Amino acid sequence: MTIPYLSLITLAPLAGAILSLFIPRQREGAIKWFSILVSLVPLALSAYLWVSYDATLGGPQFEERYDWIPAINVEYRMGVDGLSVPLIFLTALLTTLSLYYSAFTIQERIKEYCALFLLLETGMIGVFTSLNYFLFYIFWEVGLVPMYFIIGVWGGPRREYAAIKFFLYTLAGSVLMLLAILAMFFAKGSFDILRLQQELRPFTDDFFLQSLAFWAFFLAFAIKVPLWPFHTWLPDAHVEAPTAGSVLLAGILLKLGGYGFFRILLPTFPQAFHTFAIPIALMALMSIVYGALVSMAQWDLKKLIAYSSVNHMGYVILGLAAAALLTPVGLAAGSSAAPAAATEILNSKVMALNGGVLEMFNHGVITGGMFFLVGIIYERTHTRQLREFGGLGSQIPLYYAVMTTTALASLGLPGLAGFVSEFLIFRGSLPLITPIAVIAISGILITAAFLLWKVIQLMFLGPLNAKWTGLPDMDRFELITMAPLIFLMVLFGLYPAPILTMVNKAMSDLFSIVPVVAGLF
Amino acid sequence: MPDLETLQLLGPELALTGIALLIFVLDLFLKRREDILGWLALAGMIATVLISLPLAIQSRTILSGMLAVDPLAVYFKIIAALTTALVLMASVDYLRTRSAYRGEFYGLMVLATLSMTLLAASTDLIMIFISLEFLSLTSYVLVGYLRHDWLSTEGGLKYLLYGAVTTAITLYGMSLVYGVTGSTSLEAIAQALADPANPMAQNQAILLPSLIFVLAGFAFKISLVPFHQWTPDAYEGAPIPVAAFLSVGPKAAGFAILLRTLLVAFPSLQVDWIAVLSGIAVVTMTFGNLVAIQQRNIKRLLAYSSISQAGYILLGVIAFWVGFGTPGVLIYVLAYLFTNLGAFIVVVAFSHLTGSDDIHDYAGLVRRAPFLALALVVFFMSLAGIPPTGGFLGKLYVFGAAIQAGFWPLAVAGVLNSVVSLYYYFGVVRQMFFLPPKPPLSLPVPRALLAAIVISLAGTLIMGIYPQPFIELATDSVAIVGQLP
Repeated sequence: MTIPYLSLITLAPLAGAILSLFIPRQREGAIKWFSILVSLVPLALSAYLWVSYDATLGGPQFEERYDWIPAINVEYRMGVDGLSVPLIFLTALLTTLSLYYSAFTIQERIKEYCALFLLLETGMIGVFTSLNYFLFYIFWEVGLVPMYFIIGVWGGPRREYAAIKFFLYTLAGSVLMLLAILAMFFAKGSFDILRLQQELRPFTDDFFLQSLAFWAFFLAFAIKVPLWPFHTWLPDAHVEAPTAGSVLLAGILLKLGGYGFFRILLPTFPQAFHTFAIPIALMALMSIVYGALVSMAQWDLKKLIAYSSVNHMGYVILGLAAAALLTPVGLAAGSSAAPAAATEILNSKVMALNGGVLEMFNHGVITGGMFFLVGIIYERTHTRQLREFGGLGSQIPLYYAVMTTTALASLGLPGLAGFVSEFLIFRGSLPLITPIAVIAISGILITAAFLLWKVIQLMFLGPLNAKWTGLPDMDRFELITMAPLIFLMVLFGLYPAPILTMVNKAMSDLFSIVPVVAGLF
Repeated sequence: MPDLETLQLLGPELALTGIALLIFVLDLFLKRREDILGWLALAGMIATVLISLPLAIQSRTILSGMLAVDPLAVYFKIIAALTTALVLMASVDYLRTRSAYRGEFYGLMVLATLSMTLLAASTDLIMIFISLEFLSLTSYVLVGYLRHDWLSTEGGLKYLLYGAVTTAITLYGMSLVYGVTGSTSLEAIAQALADPANPMAQNQAILLPSLIFVLAGFAFKISLVPFHQWTPDAYEGAPIPVAAFLSVGPKAAGFAILLRTLLVAFPSLQVDWIAVLSGIAVVTMTFGNLVAIQQRNIKRLLAYSSISQAGYILLGVIAFWVGFGTPGVLIYVLAYLFTNLGAFIVVVAFSHLTGSDDIHDYAGLVRRAPFLALALVVFFMSLAGIPPTGGFLGKLYVFGAAIQAGFWPLAVAGVLNSVVSLYYYFGVVRQMFFLPPKPPLSLPVPRALLAAIVISLAGTLIMGIYPQPFIELATDSVAIVGQLP
């Protein structure tokens, strides 16, 4: 009998959450360490997935298929490929780190807190492992509830508003997606994500319906990403959430939207995506430039980081839109008139997509780290106002070093992870959508500007604000929290092969396995 | 003279009649130990379910075509008995401190159940009218049961007045239908309407109003706009277990008879009633939701929420002919039974323990009674249609039915309303989880109430996680209706 790795990874946290309810409320230490231990199960297993996923073979592996609701042809189907494996690992890693960090910082209602984080982990990982829309939708929605509570109970002063706003916004997007899922089911009689892309291909003959379904899915994913102009829930949720909540919001929940673009939107509705690629690219451009500019305008460190997520996720969508766009050269080349040019276009497309997936992973690591760092300084100073800091570099050198590394990774310094993904995105999209990509590059400049000026200069340089003499440097647990993230930033900055091979296989398969996509490009 | 077989087919009804009479008689002798009668009624409900089940393989009418014995009727008989069973479990502790005359209460509950089983099976306008009135009369008394409570009396009176008017309208509609078709039997009506030789059958000017008049009586039971006005006042005034009962039992029976009447007697007018019901559905769900947002009293909140829920279910009736349509109604009603009763029973428990129905008093409930708070979150998730709950399955089906039938705008209206509804459901959740608790810090829930909540919770979650048997049951139960023209 094969071991159901994916079910274990997905459902172990849920089981842990239920079990933890039976530990008496007073035994806080036991609850904390139990939930950390539970979160190690998906972490270890997802590391195993990464090591043993066969990237030369590609396709969905570690598959599990059981009949679930035969009456409406719903299967319990799970499987992972080069797109989902890194994201699952990222989820497991950030959840463990969040629980570990919170074990030292969260004071009240420990039991609920830990149980909710584990429940959230099940919701997030389930989205990445599901290959059936019914299952996918359940996990997609289940993740909303714990995050609502995490923001609402342990959040900042405007937590109640931020919590319900987050919930309503994301729910509004996803219910329309449900209608599109149902429409596909009635058209083709299946909830299977891959079969609908590869064989059944709903609405290929009716472009209007395909567009409707496309925009319904688009809305769900774009709100989650969040793409301008659907981002307005993000600053509230990210700023009000407790530190670990912000880490998972930025690190994983945004990726659920991005993942939806890669897993569902592009391969299922290639014609529609192609048709609307320019408007989507423009939205991505707005996210990039507007996100960066608004970020620059912030004086609250957490808000600044929150808006920078809009900017960074914009790159991901830019890469996608570039890859979906059919260039005239590509069309002509498809008829073997100019095979060299066609190969070049295809390479650019794959590169843009690779960059997008990598950017999601890197953004999770980097911005996850950023939010930890925001939490670390806030715990000490109880302020996030950049103008109140100053000269901290000499006072807390360790923190200075870690923050600088993370910030440099975020602005895309070569040698750190952010550079690789952003380079790939722009290398891929420049030949495909030159004007938009050229303007979008300004986003990198602005990001560099605000990270260097606002974060590094205002916080660490200049004379020390007398208020902060005697401010303690990073604790051991804080260093332990940050260490794996810094390691990944450096590792994938210098040697991205372990992740890139896998991602590349999944992305190039998009063009060979899905006939419509292949025919189109 | 009914033969033995007919008696057997009338088993559920006879059992309920017997139990009700037994309760009334025993009530004369049992002083101060009337709780026993509650448990006796509960046993009667379980017996009714067990007696009903084997009848589901039949498909015929009895008593000169007055009552159907078919899977659809059996399904709704079981719904009726389950509803009353859960309500009884919630009533015993609640009533003990509030009324000295509990025996009659249990007897009336059983009679109300009997009226619902009759309504669900009626195949003749006269039988429909009688059971509708029977249900109304028992309900009026139950709403006004707390006779020293002004609100209860007021609620009962309002319910009675509104009910009397709609009853008159319904009866008028029935007389018009009889005038046009010359029959009161649903099947004979359908035949008469389909007969090209009948000049009246084509007369839309009479037919359409008369159909709408008949529907008014069902809409009143289901609380569809504009026949909903009694709902909030009756729910607020009634003993909470009765409000719980009204929000599920008569509504389910109303949908049963709505389906049967429309599908059996009026298929020839479907273009018209689909249009009318579509408008009513959208207005009902939207109105219920928008008004629910402003409520401060949890009973009124649930009243308006139950109005909007009826609007969703109606989508399944509108799209009755598609695969997700009629089964969707049945699935939704069952999910709604567990969910809405569960939510109401939590309200019963809270009211029993604290004496309050004010949403503000739910502040910090998670610290005072964690299980109640947690259960209420699941019920609200289910009412809002968030998986993995029965409410999600129900919405999947009725919204799916609308899509399958090509009624896109209805489905979109439905899902957007679900998002709105989340706002007020989670307004209560916000109180329970985000705000500091009020004393006393510990609220011990009585065992019967706890058991009723656990059953509702289990039903809600199992329907969401493993829906296969429920889907099969619902699909099998409408098989007979599906074959009709």
